[in-house]
Amino acid sequence: MKAKRVTVMAMCIALALILSYVESQIPSPGIPGVKLGLANLVVVFALYRLGWKEAAGISLLRVFLVSLLFGHAASLAYSASGAALSLVGMILLKKWDRLSCVAVSVIGGVLHNAGQILMAWALMGANVVWYLPVLLLSGTVAGVAIGVVSAILVKRIKL
Amino acid sequence: MKGLFENKKLLADLCVILALLLLAGGLALALRLGREAGGQAVVRVDGRVTERHSLAENGVYPLNGGSNILVIENGEAWLSEADCPDHLCVKMGKIRYNGQTITCLPNRLTVTVEGGESNGVDFVVGG
Repeated sequence: MKAKRVTVMAMCIALALILSYVESQIPSPGIPGVKLGLANLVVVFALYRLGWKEAAGISLLRVFLVSLLFGHAASLAYSASGAALSLVGMILLKKWDRLSCVAVSVIGGVLHNAGQILMAWALMGANVVWYLPVLLLSGTVAGVAIGVVSAILVKRIKL
Repeated sequence: MKGLFENKKLLADLCVILALLLLAGGLALALRLGREAGGQAVVRVDGRVTERHSLAENGVYPLNGGSNILVIENGEAWLSEADCPDHLCVKMGKIRYNGQTITCLPNRLTVTVEGGESNGVDFVVGG
């Protein structure tokens, strides 16, 4: 069973990396942080099918590897703070057990943006208040899309 | 779609999504009502102010040793060129209202519109 778990986690990380790469090829609309968050699919799936420790491991390893492979030096701090905040929020909401994984994914998406905004504020003193509405909106819409697909995956794929 | 949401949680899910959308709309409205045209473009590198340029005077300024080019024209400021790979800051467009910011993460550079004389208060959200 242990070997299976390790293998599944490795596959999840590989899949998350591929999804991050695919997403990096989608042209940005010009506002930092507005993106689909495809890799969050894997994290939400792992959270529901593997457990919170596995989801955390996959998410943080993904962030580290992605910034090594496709990112620049500054991107690690932003991605890591977004991913960490999003993870903590989703893990707590799942434990709370009042929302399905669609809303959990939505809040995860919004928190991911919030984490990045907080880091930008902390590092650069940037006036970030202008980005809040658009990031809230885009995080919510992307979170719904990712959440619905995650819900299907969680339902269909039994490990 | 049936069975996709666990049914008892569907309502809670929709409430969360609706609440977030309303929050986004409310914030956008508050910011729009509270905005006012700013007096100067303040350039920061690593969070420290390096340059200030009045929005009233047209001009072209190389920033941060030439890594980004700031253009000011007709009370608007934008970055026309950047040496970073993603050019996000160039795509962010023009800014003219107090508190609006263009950010270039790779060069750790920001351009913020601020009030003409006032220092300290960057931005006030109007009701």
